[in-house]
Amino acid sequence: MGGYGDVKLLREDGLRLDGRKIDEMRPIEIEAGILPGADGSAWVKHGLNIAVAAVYGPMEAHPRKIQRQDRCVIDVRYNMAPFSTSDRIRPGYNRRSREISKVTSEALESVVICERYPRSKIRVEIEILSAEAGTRCVGITAASVALADAGIPMRDLLVGVASGKVEDIVVLDLDKAEDNYGQADLPVGILPNTGEIAFLQMDGDLSPDEFNLAMEYNFKAAAEIHEIMVDALKRRYEGGEN
Amino acid sequence: MSQGQIGAELRLVTPGMAIGPLSGKRVGSGALAQNEQIIATRLGWVREMNDTVSVDPINAAYMPRSGDLIIATVAEVRNNLWFMDINGPFQGLLPMSLAPWKVEFGAARQHMGVGDSVMARVQEVDECHNVVLTMKGVGLRRINEGSILSVPVNHVERIRGNNNETLLRLREICDCRIMVGDNGRVLVDGSPEGISWARSAIKLAGNSGHKQTFSADLSALEKSAPKRGDA
Repeated sequence: MGGYGDVKLLREDGLRLDGRKIDEMRPIEIEAGILPGADGSAWVKHGLNIAVAAVYGPMEAHPRKIQRQDRCVIDVRYNMAPFSTSDRIRPGYNRRSREISKVTSEALESVVICERYPRSKIRVEIEILSAEAGTRCVGITAASVALADAGIPMRDLLVGVASGKVEDIVVLDLDKAEDNYGQADLPVGILPNTGEIAFLQMDGDLSPDEFNLAMEYNFKAAAEIHEIMVDALKRRYEGGEN
Repeated sequence: MSQGQIGAELRLVTPGMAIGPLSGKRVGSGALAQNEQIIATRLGWVREMNDTVSVDPINAAYMPRSGDLIIATVAEVRNNLWFMDINGPFQGLLPMSLAPWKVEFGAARQHMGVGDSVMARVQEVDECHNVVLTMKGVGLRRINEGSILSVPVNHVERIRGNNNETLLRLREICDCRIMVGDNGRVLVDGSPEGISWARSAIKLAGNSGHKQTFSADLSALEKSAPKRGDA
């Protein structure tokens, strides 16, 4: 059963309301280098989510009290545009955007080789232009492509992906209805080449078996998204030499 | 693993991508060794030279080295020194003792304020990445006129070309003084038409300096250059 009474999220034929299978992702498109003024940038469309990420730096960290002597700090600002949802969002920082900025920063710090730039700052701006569900994952994916585009040294590309539970069934990549009325949501940040997890959050309850199945879906989806990310980066610089 | 050899097609890699087995090879910049594999850490082209595998990044921040000629901008002024934005992850420090003028303590602002640009040289970079600049030397000065442009640091060599061929060609075409800083900043000074054309050429280098078509694109742009004496 859904989290809100009688809301039906799965059809009689076992498919979801938007016609996807339970382990099927929404369509995803990625473009790298879309902002000419930024050191690195990316645009990601995942279902009805659209995110733009821009990277500036590394640069001298200001104010100086935020400097770390042995590594750089990654200053992430996640923001949802007022027009990104049907209900207008009040512009500016709020509790949710602070939390997502923080977890995104910590996730990115685990993939960026921060020791290369002591006392510096890398500024990452994530703007959600259109929101359906799973915007933090889309933001992480966009930020990761933008960081690679900016030439920041990284151990791997970080892929944001989520799965969850609706009507007692584990499904991959929740849409808006599933996110609102489902029983659980499990967004993770995955390093596809090493299989490491850079961040993991869970909203709702999953049994150990359900958790393992959800992670299996997440890893499978991360591999697919990773291919699209690599393709976007290669497409930007194809026909090049050095 | 022979992508860096002359004549071989260069291979574009992304962070985290396996370049090949370690098998006794040394790991250069832009890569790391992990589980007997060489892993790329940057977006760029694989280069193998003298048994060392490295990745030449497409984009990279400027990392200052001692002796670099750079174009820096004043970011902060103190009583006896200037903090300079050198287009890199760290600010450079220009003490008044290394300025080309006799500066009294507390009078640094009278010589240069925030936003002023200078030609300077990197005097010293220590292990903590503290960067000390100097303006004592031939050609090092405050920039009073001209236009400063930015290009990706790894395209600086493209603008210069072999033995400065491309740079001399650009200077000849637009009849401007062009100074290329190692930190990716370019000073262009001359007639407005010349500066305008030089901006187009440098923008072209910034956008497509990594492409094989760069020389042909530059030749095509040359046709739109102002004729000498027009200005």
